[in-house]
Amino acid sequence: MEMLRALTYGPLVEMWEYPIFLAEVALNGLLTGVMYSLVALGFVLIFKASGVFNFAQGVMVLFSALSLVGLMEHGVPVWAALVLTVVIMVVLAMVIERVMLRPLVNQDPIILFMSTIGLTFFLEGFGETIWGSNVKRLDVGIPDAPLDIGGVLVSTFDLWAAAIGATMVVVLAIFFQKTPIGRALRAVADDHQAALSVGIPLRTIWVVVWSVAGMVALVAGIMWGSKSGVQFSLSLIALKALPVLILGGFTSVPGAIIGGLIIGVGEKVAEVYWGPAVGGAIENWFAYVLALLFLLFRPQGLFGERIIERV
Amino acid sequence: MNVKKLAVLGLGAVAALSTLPMSSALAQNEQFVPMLVYRTGPYAPNGIPFANGFRDYMKLVNARDGGVGGVAIVTEECETQYNTQIGVECYEKLKGKGPTGATVFNPLSTGITYQLIPKSAVDKIPILSMGYGQTAAADGRVFPYTFNFPTTYWSQASAFVKYIGDKEGGMDKLKGKKIALVYHNSAYGKEPIPTLETLRAKYGYDLQLLAVDHPGQEQKSTWLQIRRYRPDWVIMWGWGVMNQVAVKEAAAINFPMDRFIGVWWSGSENDVIPAGDGAKGYLAGTFHAPGHGFPVHADLLKHIYSGNEAEAKANNWGEVLYNRGVVNAMYVIEALRAAQAIHGAKPLTGEQVRDGLEALDLTADRLKALGMDGFVSPLKVSCLDHETMGPVRIQQWDGEKWSFVSEWIEPMRDVVRPQVEEAAAAYAKENGITPRTCG
Repeated sequence: MEMLRALTYGPLVEMWEYPIFLAEVALNGLLTGVMYSLVALGFVLIFKASGVFNFAQGVMVLFSALSLVGLMEHGVPVWAALVLTVVIMVVLAMVIERVMLRPLVNQDPIILFMSTIGLTFFLEGFGETIWGSNVKRLDVGIPDAPLDIGGVLVSTFDLWAAAIGATMVVVLAIFFQKTPIGRALRAVADDHQAALSVGIPLRTIWVVVWSVAGMVALVAGIMWGSKSGVQFSLSLIALKALPVLILGGFTSVPGAIIGGLIIGVGEKVAEVYWGPAVGGAIENWFAYVLALLFLLFRPQGLFGERIIERV
Repeated sequence: MNVKKLAVLGLGAVAALSTLPMSSALAQNEQFVPMLVYRTGPYAPNGIPFANGFRDYMKLVNARDGGVGGVAIVTEECETQYNTQIGVECYEKLKGKGPTGATVFNPLSTGITYQLIPKSAVDKIPILSMGYGQTAAADGRVFPYTFNFPTTYWSQASAFVKYIGDKEGGMDKLKGKKIALVYHNSAYGKEPIPTLETLRAKYGYDLQLLAVDHPGQEQKSTWLQIRRYRPDWVIMWGWGVMNQVAVKEAAAINFPMDRFIGVWWSGSENDVIPAGDGAKGYLAGTFHAPGHGFPVHADLLKHIYSGNEAEAKANNWGEVLYNRGVVNAMYVIEALRAAQAIHGAKPLTGEQVRDGLEALDLTADRLKALGMDGFVSPLKVSCLDHETMGPVRIQQWDGEKWSFVSEWIEPMRDVVRPQVEEAAAAYAKENGITPRTCG
């Protein structure tokens, strides 16, 4: 009977009785969701522009953070290290376009997907060879003191992360909607052939989109790396982005944000209130269950493009 | 080809042939010690310092002492990536190497240890899972080829409860206190639960279990539950990135760090440095000293790094996990020495080394001679007791280094040993093993 209560209405009663704690759980869930969205955005950008599911996005997060902290360890000031890391990610995008994407033009998407798996292993090994395997502390000066807002405790670091994430979404939205390159990116995303026919250079677009994805990876790497230290495990953060993508759709920037927030709040509420009844550690798989539930009603994700095929 | 070239070739051939019997003779006087390491993958930050410590001590024994009893130590690393399947492949690859086969395997993973236990009994190659692996293996009657000295997770859990009792003003003060266990959701992470449950019944504290899934990069909900539960103490059985995130999250909710104790796999420099000042005061269990102030470290610096401290530090010299690698290697070497005392100074088989492990008696005098007085505690292994239930110490991070903050704490033998024997008997029944008799 106790078990039945804990699995059904018990948590609801607790939420009602302790609304401040519920607010704390929800707020922390939202802030965590922003962190997931940061990783998911990188996937969306590349998929949107080239139809490639970039398996290496998680490793790009690791590689960019490793490069940043590696440069800082060599005495480079934070701002200069940030600029140099952006340069490294742009160069990486150019190399990927020249060595990986260009030879595979017109190949099936699965071939391109497989090539990104290869890229994952290469970047893992390359990154460790250059920067080493030790856990590296990353401190770019973001404050990290706990903040009590009316009994709700939040981390100032998480608030900063949310602010940075929101700024990045706005910048990306302006970039996509208001700049010529952004419009070209959208044209390529809609129809490669049509975009080529009006003179949009596909190769340049690929370099741009992989560069932007690299910069998004850098921001995600800074945020996650500041929490856990920069180390190999950072690449596994991609696993947290997958349910966000399933839910939000692979082609929508707002979808990545909204999906992240829903997953963040959903998994925290599930773990905190229903987890103890079943031994805990349910949030990882619960995120996928939540995403799959949405898929039942919207197979293309919340904001994904509806696929219409004429036969 | 002229005569001169022919003569040179002939001399070269003679020289090459003349070295063959010599190298063969040298090879016959070698003891092969396999090294299962993980220098790559998500746990590499922990695997590298441990492997370096183990490797350096083995090299030291050859360089300083000429091997053990005149027998040179030969090692070979096999990369497991902390992956159980690859670890088993490494075992199969290395078990037959050397003139007498592998000496002893140190799996460096609870998962790999579980897989190797049945194999090692068949192959007659001992396993030393130093402070990890299957706790029940402490019963040598059921596990003749598995050793887990100096102490196990169950012993450590009981030592933690003793430490907490001491800080609360006595074991009777534990009644009504709240303890949360944050654990890696794996066989390893669940190891302390039976002991903590048993002690809960005995001392009347409240216990909340909080599992964290691999890899543990996101723990917000775990620490929200700790906020709600408001425990007096938090014990952590973590590994890898889970440790760093937990320390950071504990600091983020203002949890007092001097009431947060990690298992000995959650107490290295890697686990606290990413959290910065927030990690100050964090506690962790250990069975050896931190730092590089012991004579053995001076020897390592002199013989392995020619006095170059920068190079030594680049190889993790003196770090917690480096020291643990040194301790592990020392146990292997001393077991070999004990085995040679029984079977003679020659390369030994795994079965003969097992005899040495069971005869291992590391006295305070012997540790002093090894330059490890105060570095580890003395121990005496026996056929019956493969653990020795050695004491545990608590160390604290001050923002720059680890230092001891407790004396050696004896585990609760009266609680742990019956649990060990019960679990071993259940294992024996399940696997059709007839326990041997220890004299």
